[in-house]
Amino acid sequence: MTHLALTNVSKLFGDFAAVRDFNLDVEKGEFVSFLGPSGCGKTTTLRMIGGFEIPSFGNILIDGEDITNKAPNQRNVGMVFQSYALFPNMTVAQNIGFGLRVRKESEANIADRIKEMLSIIHLEGKAHSYPYQLSGGQMQRVALARALAIRPEVLLLDEPLSALDAKIRVSLRAEIRGIQQRLGITAIYVTHDQEEALSLSDRIVVMNTGKIEQVGTPFEIYNFPKTRFVANFVGSLNTADAEVVDVQQGLLIADGVLFHTAEGTKGRSVGDKVKMAIRPERFSFASEQKKANVIDATIENITFLGAVVRIEVKIGNANFNMDTFNNPFLELPKIGSQTKVTCSREAVLVLDD
Amino acid sequence: MNLSARLRNIPFWSWIWFILGALYFVLPLYATLDFSLRMERGVVGFKAYQSSFEDPEFLRTFGYSALIAVVTILASALLTIPTAYWIRLKLPQARRIVEFITLMPFVVPAIILVFGLIRIYSAPLTIPFTDIVLMPALTTFKFGTNILVVAGYMVLGLPYMYRSVDTGMRTVGVHTLTEAAQSLGANWYVIITQVILPNLRSALLSGALLTFAIVIGEVVLASFLGVPAFGPYLFLLGQHRAFEPAALSFTTFLMTWAAMGIIQLVTGGQGQASGAH
Amino acid sequence: MTQNVLSAFKGKVSASNYKNWIGVAPFFLFAILFIFLPSIRLFVDSFKDNNGHFTFANILQLFSEPYILNAYALSIKISAVTALGGAILGFLLAYSVTVGNLPKPMRSILITFSGVASNFAGVPLAFAFVSTLGRTGFITILFKDVFGLDIYQSGFNLYGFAGLSLVYMYFQFPLMVLIMAPALDGLKKEWREASENLGASAMQYWIYIALPVLLPSILGATILLFGNAFGAYATAYALTGGRIGIVTIQVGAQIRGDVLHNPGLGYAMAMGMVFIMAISLAGYSWLQAKTERWLK
Repeated sequence: MTHLALTNVSKLFGDFAAVRDFNLDVEKGEFVSFLGPSGCGKTTTLRMIGGFEIPSFGNILIDGEDITNKAPNQRNVGMVFQSYALFPNMTVAQNIGFGLRVRKESEANIADRIKEMLSIIHLEGKAHSYPYQLSGGQMQRVALARALAIRPEVLLLDEPLSALDAKIRVSLRAEIRGIQQRLGITAIYVTHDQEEALSLSDRIVVMNTGKIEQVGTPFEIYNFPKTRFVANFVGSLNTADAEVVDVQQGLLIADGVLFHTAEGTKGRSVGDKVKMAIRPERFSFASEQKKANVIDATIENITFLGAVVRIEVKIGNANFNMDTFNNPFLELPKIGSQTKVTCSREAVLVLDD
Repeated sequence: MNLSARLRNIPFWSWIWFILGALYFVLPLYATLDFSLRMERGVVGFKAYQSSFEDPEFLRTFGYSALIAVVTILASALLTIPTAYWIRLKLPQARRIVEFITLMPFVVPAIILVFGLIRIYSAPLTIPFTDIVLMPALTTFKFGTNILVVAGYMVLGLPYMYRSVDTGMRTVGVHTLTEAAQSLGANWYVIITQVILPNLRSALLSGALLTFAIVIGEVVLASFLGVPAFGPYLFLLGQHRAFEPAALSFTTFLMTWAAMGIIQLVTGGQGQASGAH
Repeated sequence: MTQNVLSAFKGKVSASNYKNWIGVAPFFLFAILFIFLPSIRLFVDSFKDNNGHFTFANILQLFSEPYILNAYALSIKISAVTALGGAILGFLLAYSVTVGNLPKPMRSILITFSGVASNFAGVPLAFAFVSTLGRTGFITILFKDVFGLDIYQSGFNLYGFAGLSLVYMYFQFPLMVLIMAPALDGLKKEWREASENLGASAMQYWIYIALPVLLPSILGATILLFGNAFGAYATAYALTGGRIGIVTIQVGAQIRGDVLHNPGLGYAMAMGMVFIMAISLAGYSWLQAKTERWLK
């Protein structure tokens, strides 16, 4: 059942359309990420759900009730800010209890909820600390607890991890997801970090210049990007201009080299100019004899990236990246040597522009 | 849009406070200007200004105050820049005590300062329990009195001068700049004249202008030490005349405004707090 | 290379720390000669009787001599009233140009004007107010002509407590503006949004968050304003010709001649001022540090 619905939502700032015709249905308990570069409208959309911006057009509904024009303090929507926004004059406990206090709940209820929230975020010992005495990760956990304490219908998270160190970012990411699943709360998560979106979400909404590019599960978004923007933004990608040679056999020619594709030529005709895309990790050295896509290549450069080794190869006149897992016994070819690389038909994607 | 959101967009009360404050600012100035223009019965004109500026006593006292102000600024710069630089570079542990000292004028206001200065320097300064004279009685001769006046003004301007310089040094990062210059082979002379001072220009200017604004109309030190400064002159003029003091008051205001306007321009809008009148 | 320079610096600091104090010696010498020696001299002298013997009599007399007690009382009264009034008006003005949604240019106009007004004191300020609220002042005449009201008949006197307070306000509230504007800037937009998000009204936001956060700054600034008025001499002297009995004027009279017939009492009176000013400054610094810790 649809819990949160945005229909035809647009936001204009003067002549500038920050968000255009945004449509999305979110299920109860779903974790949805808005992913995109800065200025793509993801934060504006989130702020419209929170009530901090009023849509120029369209409607926002929670459980069928129109909340489009409701003041922020009339909606039961929790928000976690990038800068934590903890109240500096209040202790951790007071911060967490604030939403209940302004709702005039009984002291006993408030105390119980604070205790419950503190145990959820594993900060029982810090109840009486002030925000300035906490680390960044602890502050953000308190901010999460504060937003959850009001038992919101939807939890909004605005790049909550981007001010934190890399290590804490990963551990807190898992914690957020765990708490969200345990409480079964609907969450909207804004990020520009594709890894975060892929690892956390049930569904991802990829946005660019105010518009939705694609909505899908992390698996779909990564493996079957619909547009060139999504393919480029999520994961790394080799792209090349190509021409359809044979629709039936799925043949493309890019820079004088033939590529076989599984689905890419469907609905196109011979001579069509298309954008061909192949993810670096889908390439491998052609050790065994394969039927399709065995391609002559020259090793141009090798970069060691830790778990992955990135090999730059020249195919025809174009350079492609090829990723291979690192291991201590890996035998790498010499730069400048000739080799054969391969990829499956399914790896060769053709993108809408 | 709901009502409370809409009300928030019309800053009704903000305008009320702003206009109230503006009236408080402007009315006395307007009244002064208005009064200063009415020296001749029935005519609005600059007679009072002309008459004040032509008074040789005005030129003498104003010139004296301006000269003292310039000397104060130079001496103050000479004292505060090396101190602040040294502390940033080599002696960060001295910061607290030096900052505390620069705040002393808030604890020892001008009237108390001049009281103490007169007590100390109206007799020769000797090493305690001996008769060895360190300094002759400064108040007994002209040059000595001028030294006292400049020193007193340096004390009164210390909070502004030192803070401007120190804030300037922090914002430009003198420590890093010095290290960068050293690593490029610069000697101390080059570092100070070509790297540090040019970067402190706006900080120095705002400190200097604030000091100027304080010194030019100062009355307490000047009158108790008996120097022929502009402040006591204006005060005396007020005892005998009506229109000229108004004209000179308005002129002083314009000068203060010019000084603050320039500070506002060079520091990009950070106000300067003041105190101790 | 840079690394070498850096380590060379560190080496020097730890090896010959005391030598580094030479660099600040001129500053300390200046401070001793022109701040501390004069103050200490007054302090020591306030414990001496007319024959130079040690005594507590001067300090005790501060609390028994009605003439001195009244001076302190009046000074404290004027300082407290103008500090409070200045704080309130200054806060509201600072509020209006920071979070009060006034157009941007208003802010720089107000800040520049505050810079001018907080430095526009002494003789010119006194004369400006004589032109405004003196017996033939602009507003005095305006009230007489327009409303038929003689403000001097109805008890107002520019040269008394009320008048002097109004004049002091002219440099008091701009100082408050200069201190409070940055403090109000320190209120993060997100705090307001977070509080709204949690269901708080605008009123609740101000009561529970904004005012508590600002309280140390407000109190600290008010204390500073108090000290600012307490130490003022020139404005009051120029306005009243020395006829209003505030502490600074009495100290001034004592410098001119031994009006108390006991120099030691004069020094004690000066020390009493320093004591009150020191307490104000200490209070201000303490509150300032508290705010900085919160807003770190």
